[in-house]
Amino acid sequence: MLDKKRLHKRAAFFQAIRFFFQSQGFLEVDTPIRQPLLIPEQNIVPVPSGTHFLQSSPELYMKRLLAAGCEKIFQVCRCFRYGERGRLHHEEFVMLEWYRLDADYTDLMLDCEGLFCFLQSEMADCTFPVPLHEPWERMTVAQAFQKYCSVSPARAIQQNRFDLLLVEEIEPHLGKEKPAFLYDYPLELASLARPKPGQPKLAERFELYVSGVELANGFSELTDPVLQRSRFEEEYAKMDAGSGRPEKMPELFLQDLGRIDQAAGIAMGMDRLFMLFLDCDSLGDAVTFSPEELDM
Amino acid sequence: MLSASDLRKGLKILIDGAPYIITHFEFSKPGKGQSLYRCKMRNMITGNQFSQTYRSNEKFEKPALEERKMQYLYNQGDEYHFMDTENYEQTFITKEQLGDNISFLQDNMELDVLFFDEKPIDVTLPIFVNLVVTVADPWAKGDTSGNDTKPVTVETGYVLQVPPFVVEGDKIQIDTRTGAYVTRVKE
Repeated sequence: MLDKKRLHKRAAFFQAIRFFFQSQGFLEVDTPIRQPLLIPEQNIVPVPSGTHFLQSSPELYMKRLLAAGCEKIFQVCRCFRYGERGRLHHEEFVMLEWYRLDADYTDLMLDCEGLFCFLQSEMADCTFPVPLHEPWERMTVAQAFQKYCSVSPARAIQQNRFDLLLVEEIEPHLGKEKPAFLYDYPLELASLARPKPGQPKLAERFELYVSGVELANGFSELTDPVLQRSRFEEEYAKMDAGSGRPEKMPELFLQDLGRIDQAAGIAMGMDRLFMLFLDCDSLGDAVTFSPEELDM
Repeated sequence: MLSASDLRKGLKILIDGAPYIITHFEFSKPGKGQSLYRCKMRNMITGNQFSQTYRSNEKFEKPALEERKMQYLYNQGDEYHFMDTENYEQTFITKEQLGDNISFLQDNMELDVLFFDEKPIDVTLPIFVNLVVTVADPWAKGDTSGNDTKPVTVETGYVLQVPPFVVEGDKIQIDTRTGAYVTRVKE
């Protein structure tokens, strides 16, 4: 349980985040937390809620707001992922997502730099674990695999070792001196991201790391509804038949997607970011009540 | 059968025919990637440790462990002898297998002994034991160390920190899970 001092810090943290985006002309929005149909994602197990599911991310509805003409939007909301429980994972957590029309993933990286520097100036009594002055480190997924594992990402995927190598050999090195962007993921690991122009096997996706902790996942949005439909079909094919999830296409989303020319969006874990500002190494120390502190 | 999502600290699983206990556990998952279950385990018979990372599709068997109520009798060198309270059969457990539990063993104490493949491999002590303080220095008033505790030795040779009012000959209750002082026992 957070003490009074940390509760004040947590409140100031969220206030600063809202102030940052509002001052940059972003509109704060809210979307349904209970959703009848989630985006098919092989590695995310949803939490059922009656006839619906609790959201694992607001991304579907954020993009529909882009299609409705919103140019810059952000949302701070709770997300839920069943069975994710560890030092850096809670089944319930606070996510910040923001989206920009007519932008790509490099614009989001600049947003991250600006946001963190602003937060540090607002949270004067907190010390961020690494210096934040720009530019931050940028490394492609291929460079990281070569440097730390001497293997190509394609080969690692083929051997079903991509995630294992990433977690055990690469992530601990990332964001040690300053925050680091790991970018340009293999296309099959980014089912909602746009292929990189001229390099069709790569997706314009990045992850942000600080002190080995993954903080955010952003990408240039895939806005071609035909391609998006086939990516969803591929994702459904990889999922367990017995997952209990309806294998339906989000038709309204796909319709709306065709109305977006170009956009970029990012999801950032707020409890993890706040944890870093507190200089803690466990999520349980950064949330108001940790899962162990709930009545069973 | 157990699946990887059942893994947690303290769980016992069977690996290559031997019982292992998970001593450290960490869940990790790269963004949009697979869940990974990183475990450090100790072989419950040999004490050997090793680390392994499992994926969600992996399955595990529970070792066939059996708990029997036994009474601690005596030790002969490094062999600690116990008797089954139902059929009076006797067996022994080595000092190494008992580990830190030795600090809390009292003659005639009843406890649970864990058997694997008909061999005793571990004991589960009662949560609280009462032991007599055999060595306690008088509390030096005005001690400026800042801690309101002092070290004492109990009948088994175990040393722990207690409040200053505890004196030689007192019986105290100890929590065997943490090894910490609980209270003074009045008889």
